[in-house]
Amino acid sequence: MHIVPFVVVVWILAVGLYGIVTSRHLVHLIMCLIVVQSSTYVLLLGVGYKTGAVAPYFYDIPVHTPAVDPVVQALALTDVVVEGAVTALLLALAIQAQKRFGTLDPHELVQLKG
Amino acid sequence: MTPGQRRWIFLAAMAGLAAFYLWGLRGLPGFGNYPGPYGDIINSIAVAQTKATGVVSAVNFEYRGFDTVGEEFILFVAATGMAVVLRRLRGERERNPDDPTADWAVPPASDAVRLVALIFTGPVVVMGWFLASHAQTSPSGGFQGGVVLATAFFLIYLSGQTLLFRRVSPVDLTEAVEALGAGGFAAIGVSAVAMGLPYLKNYLPLGSTPGAVSSSGTIALISFFVGLEVAAAFILIVGEMVDQTLLVRQGDR
Repeated sequence: MHIVPFVVVVWILAVGLYGIVTSRHLVHLIMCLIVVQSSTYVLLLGVGYKTGAVAPYFYDIPVHTPAVDPVVQALALTDVVVEGAVTALLLALAIQAQKRFGTLDPHELVQLKG
Repeated sequence: MTPGQRRWIFLAAMAGLAAFYLWGLRGLPGFGNYPGPYGDIINSIAVAQTKATGVVSAVNFEYRGFDTVGEEFILFVAATGMAVVLRRLRGERERNPDDPTADWAVPPASDAVRLVALIFTGPVVVMGWFLASHAQTSPSGGFQGGVVLATAFFLIYLSGQTLLFRRVSPVDLTEAVEALGAGGFAAIGVSAVAMGLPYLKNYLPLGSTPGAVSSSGTIALISFFVGLEVAAAFILIVGEMVDQTLLVRQGDR
């Protein structure tokens, strides 16, 4: 059984989470969150893949050519857009944290607020 | 908790997660053995049903169109949230971005960056419109096209023209375009309800040739509106960030 892509998924998830747990800078932490979310793209595209199949676009190929699952591809697309929006909002919050507390280190921020 | 303890707790938890994950993988069909059936069913009926040859777009804007409305509004709300979070606080005022006498002025963009921005701005606009208007035929759609379109505006900013960036994308106009894009998508859905059809029912003529630009009814129209919304939302988001660089706080200077 071929499981390498699924092992890659959990590897990306793990390195992203490790970055979040050990992060000393909010912008670095947000980038790690992006890495964590990237693992879902690999998982989604991985479960929809069919050996030897083509992309689900039938512009110049016959309709019944074996193609990969278009539903998970649509979900991955959704995922990318939401990630962009969430990242922008988090970065805005990081800007305000810097303005208000003068630091972007999560440990110092925790000490400030108790 | 010290960082060292935190790391050990994380490693223990991660080992547990990895063990469960690998155990769960044993029950999954291996990579490449797609079990179906939904993807196969949609692949076999989508072209005949919607006359769209890009099945991913057909899924996004037709089969799960209702989800996509919600997703589009996530982006809409995020752009609004940025404006709220980054509002001007008490004691902040805006600098004149092109004041050459100020000592905070950023160094001008290098000739190489300006040349690349100049060469690419036009083609990027064309590419963005092409992607946003060809969702029904090829791997493209409003989401991709909108982001590419917004990139053209960022190129103008990158070339050091902060004022020009604001002139070609004034906040009021961008907000209006964003509202038009988000509202247009929702309105297409409601207009179907007004005719006694289900929400987001594809009621426009589908055309007879699959893959023609004029085919696929509301899929093409929705993709166009999504393109407007996404481009405007990303321009607003980046514009908010740009405005932050122009702020001075009282006491700073």
